[in-house]
Amino acid sequence: MKTKMKLISAAVLLAATPLGAAAQEQALVIGMPIEPPNLDPTTAAPVAIREVTWLNLYEGLVQIDRNGEVQPLLAESWEVSEDGLTYNFRLREGVTFHDGTTFEASDVKFSFDRARSPESTNAQKQIFEPIEEIETPDDHTVVIRLSEPSGNFLYYLGWGDAVIVAPESADSNQTQPVGTGPFQFADWVRGDRVELTAYEDYWDAENIHLDRVTFRFINDAQAQVAALRAGDVHAFPNLGAPELFAELSRDERFSAVAGNTEGEIVAGLNNKRPPLDDVRVRQALMNGIDRSILIEGAYSGYGQPIGSHFSPNHPAYVDTTDVLPYDPERARELLAEAGYADGLMLTIKMPQMAYASRSAELIAALLSEIGVQLEIQPTEFPAQWIEEVFTNKDYEMTIVAHTEPLDIDIYQREGYYFQYEDQEFAELIEEAGRTTDENARFDLYAQAQRKLAEDVPALFLFQLPKLGVWDARLEGMWENTPIPSNVVRDVRWAE
Amino acid sequence: MKALARHPTLLLGGLVTLLLLATAFLSRVWTPAPPTQIQITRRLAPPLEAGLLGADHFGRDIASLLMAGAWNSLSIAFVAVLLGMAGGVLLGTLAAAWRGWAEEIVMRLADVTFAFPAVLSAIMIAALIGPGVTTAVIAIGVFNVPVFARVARSAALQIWERDFVLAARSAGKGALLITFHHVLPNIAGLLIVQATIQLAMAILAEAGLSFLGVGVPPPHPSWGRMLSDSQTYLSQAPHLAILPGLAIALAVLGFNMLGDGLRDVIDPKLRRKR
Repeated sequence: MKTKMKLISAAVLLAATPLGAAAQEQALVIGMPIEPPNLDPTTAAPVAIREVTWLNLYEGLVQIDRNGEVQPLLAESWEVSEDGLTYNFRLREGVTFHDGTTFEASDVKFSFDRARSPESTNAQKQIFEPIEEIETPDDHTVVIRLSEPSGNFLYYLGWGDAVIVAPESADSNQTQPVGTGPFQFADWVRGDRVELTAYEDYWDAENIHLDRVTFRFINDAQAQVAALRAGDVHAFPNLGAPELFAELSRDERFSAVAGNTEGEIVAGLNNKRPPLDDVRVRQALMNGIDRSILIEGAYSGYGQPIGSHFSPNHPAYVDTTDVLPYDPERARELLAEAGYADGLMLTIKMPQMAYASRSAELIAALLSEIGVQLEIQPTEFPAQWIEEVFTNKDYEMTIVAHTEPLDIDIYQREGYYFQYEDQEFAELIEEAGRTTDENARFDLYAQAQRKLAEDVPALFLFQLPKLGVWDARLEGMWENTPIPSNVVRDVRWAE
Repeated sequence: MKALARHPTLLLGGLVTLLLLATAFLSRVWTPAPPTQIQITRRLAPPLEAGLLGADHFGRDIASLLMAGAWNSLSIAFVAVLLGMAGGVLLGTLAAAWRGWAEEIVMRLADVTFAFPAVLSAIMIAALIGPGVTTAVIAIGVFNVPVFARVARSAALQIWERDFVLAARSAGKGALLITFHHVLPNIAGLLIVQATIQLAMAILAEAGLSFLGVGVPPPHPSWGRMLSDSQTYLSQAPHLAILPGLAIALAVLGFNMLGDGLRDVIDPKLRRKR
């Protein structure tokens, strides 16, 4: 009887609430070009996983903020010992996972031990390599001891690969993700969308404005714009068609923001497969490419040319575009020196993303002028590309954007798809990792950049711009992507 | 010449087809500019401002791309229709010659194949052997087999009823020999008419497959891919879409009119009446 009364009074109250007041649901639909293969960033590499889950579903000890700075998150504070070997984290209290279990120090130990175990498939295992031991003196303290100093350790802990998962749910996170983030998993309609709803018991719930976030996957650029115009999608943080960006920016219903990303578009070369194992051939290919034509033709002039694998937004960046500039004469000489005076045939495995297919077509046209015939093989991304290129290394040339920040070390990783093995470069990267003094570390990164610019294990093309378009009434969207993500915790609809 | 004057569709269709073939063959030896040459400064230039028909999103000459695209489109269509015709005519005439269960099997198989649209089978084939020219040729060819099988069978059945076939049979000629000596020559005209119409369909199918990315791979010019690439530039540079669209429409119209005209001239029923 009592409950019935309550229900009736609640109904009356609801009916009396004026329309458009706080009771109205705040929903956001974000469009993405590529669907993630699963929803666990700690077990697989694809960027799309992070773009759905990072800071929305999962959180790490620290976070990278919109300016690329490290900020506290699940760890409220930390101390680093003078020798740089011991990290003492003080954990936030009152944090729970979406399944109701409490977040404690043991979860941190579990997550990191899982990520660095031999059977782990974590895409950035090197983050955890320096860890020697993880101790949990009490439920809210974690002490991590390193075997050698790691200059970027805290920064790496902000990545999606280092988010904290619970032992109860870790194994099913790929399809039923459970984290500590402001939004919990609601539904995944394969091929169409992932839905998240606000997590009521979130530790910072009063600062979260959205009730529901939907990620919709639309690959076709024309369809992306149609969805925006129809209001089916409120935001495309990375619009697929740069040529439509200018048009949308003139439309006052939308905010169109050209920001930057940490993504380098590179044409990866298989450094173990002849003739690409000959540095002169690789240099000739680089000399044969006019980066400004690529930027104009593939990205309507947005984007910055790069000569090495390093983001121009990073303080350690050095401009290396003049190391192997566009010089078809020199390219032909180098090819002749390498014994290919009559030209050669190469194949490029091309993912379907617009930037990749357009760049590949332009590269093919440019290289044909130095006598290199490029056969283009369309290769579906991510599944087929991951299998053929990334895993089996069955390719000569490919093209893809590497959007992880500070990822120059991929050229030193064993078994990485470029198959570039260079002692000098490896030593530079290892030394940089160990160096905690910032200036010394930046100097090592500069040397590593120059080394890559000369060796061209991949053709360095241009920095991927972030052309974001969203409803003009949306506030709090990230304008740049210092790390691949679509963080919506600060997003709200303007009154 | 009199026949041409009495059949304006034949004349017009023939002229358009001839023009198309000439353009395609000419593109093998000459185009206004190399079709894959990139001149980024002329990006999206409208017709007459750069070349006769303007430049595309890479600054390539559209007139040259259309010419080279004609060759790719026509060669795929011809090979695919020839393959389909060879397979279909073989099956259809044999079905007519043998009748009975062989005919049932062939015709039901044709029904099954016919139920799959060319685009669907192309995507399936592309998933197996990867997208490319071969995929397009096989998909369009397979799609053409049941069409020719049906036409060949029904026409062959009529021929089998004729007196001269009866004469040949009573002279002791076998089914295969009769098919080659009497049936095929008598249905050839009909098959050519059908092939012309199928060419129009094949050109359209090839454009559709390339539009979807399972046809001619870049950088080889293709009308369908030009159309697909132009989508996002529609408001800035509509000529990128209109020109290849016109080319496809013209080619399809030309072959269709030629086919209709040819049918009027050489349809066996009409000829018998005269």
